[in-house]
Amino acid sequence: MFDLNWSYVLILPMILGALVGALMLVWWERRVLGWFQDRLGPNRVGWFGVLQALADAIKLLTKDDWVPPFGDRILFILAPIVVAGAMLMTFVVIPLDAGLIIADTNIALLWFLAMSSLAVYGVLLGGLASNNKYALLGGLRAAAQMVTYEVFMGLSLLGVVMLAGSFSLKEVVEAQEDMWFCIPQCVGLVIFVIAGLAETHRLPFDLPEAEHELTAGFHTEYSGMKFGLIMAGEYLALILVSALIVLLFFGGWLGPGFLPGFVWFGIKVVLVINFFILLRAAIPRPRYDQLMSLGWKILLPLSLLNILVTGAVVLWIST
Amino acid sequence: MVYWLFLVSCGIAIFAALMAITRLNASHALIYLVITLLALAVVFFLLGAPFAAALQIVIYAGAIVVLFLFVVMMLNLGRRSVERERQWLLPGIWVIPSILAGGLFIVLGIALIGAENQAMIEGEMIGPRRVGAAMIGPYVLGVELAGILLLAGLVGAYHLGRRYLDERRER
Repeated sequence: MFDLNWSYVLILPMILGALVGALMLVWWERRVLGWFQDRLGPNRVGWFGVLQALADAIKLLTKDDWVPPFGDRILFILAPIVVAGAMLMTFVVIPLDAGLIIADTNIALLWFLAMSSLAVYGVLLGGLASNNKYALLGGLRAAAQMVTYEVFMGLSLLGVVMLAGSFSLKEVVEAQEDMWFCIPQCVGLVIFVIAGLAETHRLPFDLPEAEHELTAGFHTEYSGMKFGLIMAGEYLALILVSALIVLLFFGGWLGPGFLPGFVWFGIKVVLVINFFILLRAAIPRPRYDQLMSLGWKILLPLSLLNILVTGAVVLWIST
Repeated sequence: MVYWLFLVSCGIAIFAALMAITRLNASHALIYLVITLLALAVVFFLLGAPFAAALQIVIYAGAIVVLFLFVVMMLNLGRRSVERERQWLLPGIWVIPSILAGGLFIVLGIALIGAENQAMIEGEMIGPRRVGAAMIGPYVLGVELAGILLLAGLVGAYHLGRRYLDERRER
């Protein structure tokens, strides 16, 4: 059941890569957003501002580590750990190339869903433990939003699972040898992108932390490195959702042979991340009830229909 | 190695379950409940049921207990409710449940000593494909009955929400 092999060597580079990637992404997002909005963005620290993220991290580390005396101390400290930890755990099942994977299990997709549903606790506990009404409202909103969108995030994946015949990400990518699943599963792709946005609660779906109504939502009371961990968790989630979109719908590491597989994977992931940043710059934030009714009234029936049609077509082709 | 992992996760599950029952603060009790569920998921995984383990986390830890915690947040329980719990949960209350649970524990122990249980941990992994086939095959009636139950719950929830919406519209 457990065979110790060389894939354990990958664990440390994977964690470090993910964290450094999240750190760089903060800088990259600010740069690209600046470009989209016709301003400069951070460009002073290091070459083109590359070291800005490092400077921010040092600033966060040197800040006073404050825990609100009116809140729940243990849960307050636990919350950011859960947010970042759950996201890091998911990287275990992400294959970078045909052989570059830490754990090639046959429940990889379920593992991703499980860990993203555990990440809800971080947000919920952060809101609960802060004992602050903005944080509480933000936490409630975040939990409702994430639980809602988890439902059809799972359902939108089922079309891909049916076509590939497996929950294993490796087999899903190998099944896309002839055609990427973004063509037969275009509905699933759109639903997954929307659900992924809501799950990572990024703009335009960042209602749990909408500044104009909730100060900073569930992390109002957080400061210093605890805030840094929450932020890292959000950027890790962005990388993760982008990686999953690439793996499930855009053929993972598959590409013309002149570049190695993981390079293709990296290029595709960066493109998808840039698409998410563009969405942030382009789309205004909807109202909260609009977000929820979009979820339950449009996306849920659509994803069920997608499963029905995909299942029927798969059955029709196979017989 | 696997055997020790199994024992450790069983121990964590039992300890967290005890803590979940005895905590006075509702949100702490729920966190211990989540830990119990996660430890049980590990136990399922080690017994060769990865699919059940994943669903355990997705459904129980990820959805149901989240809703419990949601309700706790809505009620906004503070120190007063902890005091009230302390008044309710007197030491005398624990006697009868402990006797009953102890009896069950003894029965379970006798049953397990009699059974051949050594080979289970080293058993083969049962993937999602075989679980799905069993769901649609021999257990199809159970799945459909569960579906009807869920539908009834859905209709009930809709009915309750509907009355609330109608009242608001009239105002």
